[in-house]
Amino acid sequence: MSSVAIDIGGTFTDLVLVDDDGALLVGKTPTTRDPVDGVVKGVLNLCRVHGVPSDGLDSMTYGTTAAVNALLTRSGARVGLLTTQGFGQILHLARSQTPGPIVAWMNMVKPDPLADLSDTREVPERMRASGQVDVELDPDPFRQAVGELIDRGVEALAVGFLHSYANPQHEELAAELIREVAPEIDVSLSSQVHREYREYERVVTTVANAYVMPTVSQHLNGLQERLEAENLDFTVSIVRSDGGVMSAAAAAERPIDTVFSGPSGGVEGALASVSPTGLSDILTLDMGGTSTDVSVCLGGKVAVARETIVADLPLKAPSVDVRSIGAGGGSIAQVPDSINSLRVGPESAGADPGPASYGRGGKSATVTDANLVLGRLPTGLLGGEFPLDLDAATGAVAALGERLGLSVEDTARGILDIVNEKMAGALRVMSVERGLDPRNFALVGFGGAGPLHANALAELLGCYPVVVPLFPGVLSAQGFHAAGKRSSFSRTVIRPVADSAWPELKRAIESVGERAHQWLVDEEESEGSVNFTCDMRFARQGYEVEVPFDEKEISENWPATVSSRFRDEHQRLYGFTPEADVEAVTVRADGRCPSGFSLAEFENGTSVDPAAALVSTNLVTFAEAEPVETPIYERSKLRPGMTFAGPAIVAQDDTTTLVLPGHQAEIDRFRNIVIQRDGRQGR
Amino acid sequence: MKTASAVDLITVELVENALRGVGDEMDAVVWNTAMSPIIREQHDAFPLVTNERGQMLVGQFGSYVPYLLDTYDGPIDEGDVLLQSDPYMCEGAIQHTPDWLVLVSIDFEGERIGYASMFGHMLDVGGAVPGSMATEARSIWDEGLRIPPIKIFEGGELNQEALKVILRNSRTPESNHSDMLALTAACRIAATRVQELCARFGVHQYRAACEEILERTRRAMARVIEEFIPTTPVRFEDVVDDDGQGGGPYKMVLSLWREGDVAHFDWTGTDRQAAGPINLLTHEGLFKMFVGIYLVMAFDPEILFNDGFADLFEVTLPPGTIVNPEFPAPLGLLNISLARQLDVVQGVLATCAPKYAAGAGYGSSPAMTFSGTDENGEYFQLGEISFGGLPGRPLGDGLDGHSWWPLFTSIPTEYIESYYPVTIESYRSIPSSGGAGRHRGGNGIEKIYRFDADGEITIQDDRAESSPWGFDGGMPGARSAKSLIRADGSKVELPSKCDQIPVRAGERLVFVTAGAGGLGEPAGREPQKVADDVRRGLVTPEMARRSYGINVNPETGAWTGASE
Repeated sequence: MSSVAIDIGGTFTDLVLVDDDGALLVGKTPTTRDPVDGVVKGVLNLCRVHGVPSDGLDSMTYGTTAAVNALLTRSGARVGLLTTQGFGQILHLARSQTPGPIVAWMNMVKPDPLADLSDTREVPERMRASGQVDVELDPDPFRQAVGELIDRGVEALAVGFLHSYANPQHEELAAELIREVAPEIDVSLSSQVHREYREYERVVTTVANAYVMPTVSQHLNGLQERLEAENLDFTVSIVRSDGGVMSAAAAAERPIDTVFSGPSGGVEGALASVSPTGLSDILTLDMGGTSTDVSVCLGGKVAVARETIVADLPLKAPSVDVRSIGAGGGSIAQVPDSINSLRVGPESAGADPGPASYGRGGKSATVTDANLVLGRLPTGLLGGEFPLDLDAATGAVAALGERLGLSVEDTARGILDIVNEKMAGALRVMSVERGLDPRNFALVGFGGAGPLHANALAELLGCYPVVVPLFPGVLSAQGFHAAGKRSSFSRTVIRPVADSAWPELKRAIESVGERAHQWLVDEEESEGSVNFTCDMRFARQGYEVEVPFDEKEISENWPATVSSRFRDEHQRLYGFTPEADVEAVTVRADGRCPSGFSLAEFENGTSVDPAAALVSTNLVTFAEAEPVETPIYERSKLRPGMTFAGPAIVAQDDTTTLVLPGHQAEIDRFRNIVIQRDGRQGR
Repeated sequence: MKTASAVDLITVELVENALRGVGDEMDAVVWNTAMSPIIREQHDAFPLVTNERGQMLVGQFGSYVPYLLDTYDGPIDEGDVLLQSDPYMCEGAIQHTPDWLVLVSIDFEGERIGYASMFGHMLDVGGAVPGSMATEARSIWDEGLRIPPIKIFEGGELNQEALKVILRNSRTPESNHSDMLALTAACRIAATRVQELCARFGVHQYRAACEEILERTRRAMARVIEEFIPTTPVRFEDVVDDDGQGGGPYKMVLSLWREGDVAHFDWTGTDRQAAGPINLLTHEGLFKMFVGIYLVMAFDPEILFNDGFADLFEVTLPPGTIVNPEFPAPLGLLNISLARQLDVVQGVLATCAPKYAAGAGYGSSPAMTFSGTDENGEYFQLGEISFGGLPGRPLGDGLDGHSWWPLFTSIPTEYIESYYPVTIESYRSIPSSGGAGRHRGGNGIEKIYRFDADGEITIQDDRAESSPWGFDGGMPGARSAKSLIRADGSKVELPSKCDQIPVRAGERLVFVTAGAGGLGEPAGREPQKVADDVRRGLVTPEMARRSYGINVNPETGAWTGASE
């Protein structure tokens, strides 16, 4: 079996090919206007370079950015929304929310709804919370409303009725009526996209699904056609935001599930890099040019969040639980006029003009410039093809230092301390604030700048070892290989967790369970499994805690067992346990299939002396005033079993790893760099 | 060369960021776990972290800790949790009885480092009406239980006996109990985080950083005051419609001027306190903080708001007026007067700095309570805060049907209908209820409730008589209105403030909130924007013609000048 995974970024398209022997072959190609061109070119090129016959590839795992780009650039379809009488302004009023502090409404920018008010129609129908019909859906005004919207030129329709999570009958009838009037148009039903309560969030998610559907369908069709034209006969899987994959047909139906494919691949890739070494509790640090994504994996599993914010919209699509902050290598350092203080980010110099040191006209001092000034970054990026301008970096940093009354080195160190603190803050939110001690976790650093900062973050948080995978620049694409097929089924049933309501709750659990098992059958996956969870809260609370349970617990005193698990989790998360009844809100069954991917192992080399990989030295400034002569190793020449002491720099094509003084690095059998504090082996 | 100040400057940034995170974490704990919907969905709960002198380092409203410590005789030690809910014993830090406030000390290696505190709005604390904010209240004695500062935890041990007394005085004991524990948990987490900071940076460095955080906010504020506030007094006034008991309108008057680097806010001229519960026990800290935030946001929203600038503001609150009532004046509906007070502040500052001017918002905190006994014989009590129009602002139009108060959100209809015998028939913003302007005011909200069980309703709102003003030529927003539609279709107008009105299953309440004022002359508005509003059903064709002088086809959005 050989397969190729594709991760499309803003600037580069990353490719990782796993050949028949399990070896990883890596390529990067510029992202093209129609990303399919770059994909095809990249695949053919990668095969040619490594002598792999392109017609022998079996499958492709594809991380599409079509959906997220359509949302970010507002270039999706014109969507018509059909909703319950009296609620036509559901998207316009949103949740009436304004940010803090007081008077922040003065500067609040509210994005226009994805379905315009003039493309929204209220229709007579009403369901109750119990699922009973209050007002029947009247077909005639409904057909008329659909007709009006079509005449107005909408390109996709979304149907979002109140309480459709409790009873989807009216939405299903609506879909039939739409097919009579306009058989060709794409339709998204809120009860199918997200069968959970809270009408605004459900309808926003449904409209967003409709909004990106035509774009994603066209894109995937275009990909299929091009692949066939090039004789590339793959099975194509599409990467989901929750760290799984799905078929292209499923992605065309639920494109909203693809918005976070990139970050999900990164976390899957990080986990896959360390899992075979026995590490299962990890923090991940994916630091790029403009932003940094962090996440936590517990027990070898990627954490999934049920809501994500994209383009200021709260989307209820399961995604890898990633916290993203506006701090990256290109983050700009500045001193505001009003107070004498040093600020880093969230503004970024981007790739163009980029940091001062890129020599493309950027004048701002960035995190990259600070690293360069301190000698932590060799002057040539991308294997020396792209020289950095040390003088420009020094000038930019010095200008800030002058205003602060600090030396160039102190200013540069300050910039790095501040940006590291921001990332540590995000990691703290994901761990400490959830009752997890970061000292019990390993840290996996990747992305263009992650390996440069990971060791410093480990010092701040005590999370060791630091692991830098072999190909940190293309880890997302690598992670796609490790992603198995997934599908998630959910249903809101707000019931007390008590014996009296148990039969109803049990029926709901069994119903989502059956759908998940049926999905496994349909996918012809015998190795698959179904994971169950229940969102629970104390009666009268408004937010839920997702509690996992085992399928066999359904027949073993579920109410007592699972509510007790919920109480423990509440105590751990929030530090107290109310004396109150527990209620179930939403039940879920996530179908998962294994990917079959395993990381290639390498033999120890003939020599464990890293001298063979030594290319030069740099003078590097750390915490002390005096710079330290620091060896630079070439990553491609580091073999399993080699060890070296910090300080050290490891250079490779698209990233640089920094090992701090007081640390030891070792190359493991998967060629990860594993960094430990001195005097501390293993965990 | 490494200098001493170098370390400090960076450490200050790190400590400031960390403290910001502490405030956020306190919010998250309480919001995620609260049972009172007023905290849970509307975030009426506020965190505070201070230094050992009680000065606010992070929070929303300024510090009340020094007042609180003055009213409690005896030391507060590690493991103690102070609970209090008496507005008259904390200089108005909490402004009505439903707010419960907890406080813990923060100690590190035997040394007092500061205090963490949080208050939140409980669902019910007894008194004459469900929700404890009776329009008919004649004094604070009608507004339920008042808890003087007591140690609800002493040395980590819960005072069960005191708790029994307290909970016995609430219609919603389970919810109050849980929410009090949530507030406590948030304060304890804050204390732990600050201790972690002390361990990491050293107590000395932590303290030095906190001093600098206060000092640099003060420096920034001094510059803003100098730039914006003139030395000759600027005056602004507005009214609260009524006190719910037949009195009113009540005038609030504010004069603002600068002497040296100190800004003076003088409320002399404000009307005497009311018999009804619209009295506002103004907390100086809160007041200064609002002014400070308003001013600084224009400059650098990144500045951490703290007590550093407290001595740059001088506030005069004549005793016995509605902004500084004397005990035992009832206080339950203070949110309405607070909204008006802040409208007046906004008006006076807009006059000083027109560049940052906006009209007035819906100027209230419109509330509806529906209580009774459902078909299973269970007591229910739905409490909901509504929103209205936000004013036209320098950035653009005011938002329709949004919250003027920070961080509030509406309660999902699907949540309300899952728990209470009521059906929401319609929830929308009202076309043309925002004042016309170059940047128009936001529309008010119309929400139609159909009651599915017998019960009673309580309503609190304002701006039914007066209008939210526009600024710089912008027009005022529409007023609020409440009416009950009986089963036979007859309509009963309700006042903006009323208690315990009986309702029958099948009757409807039409709850309309005020729109907001516009900014700038309507003639200056781009016709295309007017046309878009009409096409979207947010502005009526009549208003387009009358206020903006253009004819719009509501279907197509095509427009022509009115004379054509």
